[in-house]
Amino acid sequence: MELLERFARGDLEAFETLFRQFQARVYGWIVRVVRDRGAAEELTVETFWRIYRARARFDPQRGFEGWARRIATNVALDHLKTCCRDVALPEELKAERQPDPAVQWELRERINRAFLQLPAQYQLTATLALVEDRPYAEIAEALGISVTAVKLRVFRAVRLLRKNLERLGVKP
Amino acid sequence: MSESNEDKLRELLQKAMPPLGQTELQRDLWPAMLRRLDEHPVRVAWFDWALLALLGVSLGFFPEVIPVLLYHL
Repeated sequence: MELLERFARGDLEAFETLFRQFQARVYGWIVRVVRDRGAAEELTVETFWRIYRARARFDPQRGFEGWARRIATNVALDHLKTCCRDVALPEELKAERQPDPAVQWELRERINRAFLQLPAQYQLTATLALVEDRPYAEIAEALGISVTAVKLRVFRAVRLLRKNLERLGVKP
Repeated sequence: MSESNEDKLRELLQKAMPPLGQTELQRDLWPAMLRRLDEHPVRVAWFDWALLALLGVSLGFFPEVIPVLLYHL
């Protein structure tokens, strides 16, 4: 608790300790959303920069990780709003498993394109819920919304994605 | 929209965009963070400077207030 209080008072050493403790977890969250290692590193720094600037509003009683994750989610969302529209997904990341070879390259391209045409908030929710299989409660906490609102976003994302896919000639 | 429709789409998406799961950070980002902090030193807002200037001018005009202020600080 003392560390968090020191951070809230603007102690740079306390901030460094928290940074070193949480940078991997914040990065891990962001890279799942943006699926680009380089961008995720930059966005992790941006997240901690926003955390540092907002330190006076931080409540040490409420814990650091949830707060950091919420800021990271907003940073990732801002990134999705400004980047990668109508282009292929960034670099192929070393995934837990590789793309299914049975799914042809062209089909993958169409799916990616349909996905990137989704509004940023639906992209983010769908990535976490449908691709990464994260629990709705966790997504709700990161977005600062209710579980019902997450379900609604997933529902709308699925409906929009289906439309986009059909427009691109893919029948899900 | 039924749950099976959502599951089909989930399956299709995961085939095209496999889940990343745990992705490890390859390098320490603290040096980059320090550069960022140096680039953007915490700035004092203009109205804070204005308040300070106002206080300075006020004290210049009414120096007798200084001991009162010091007493209350």
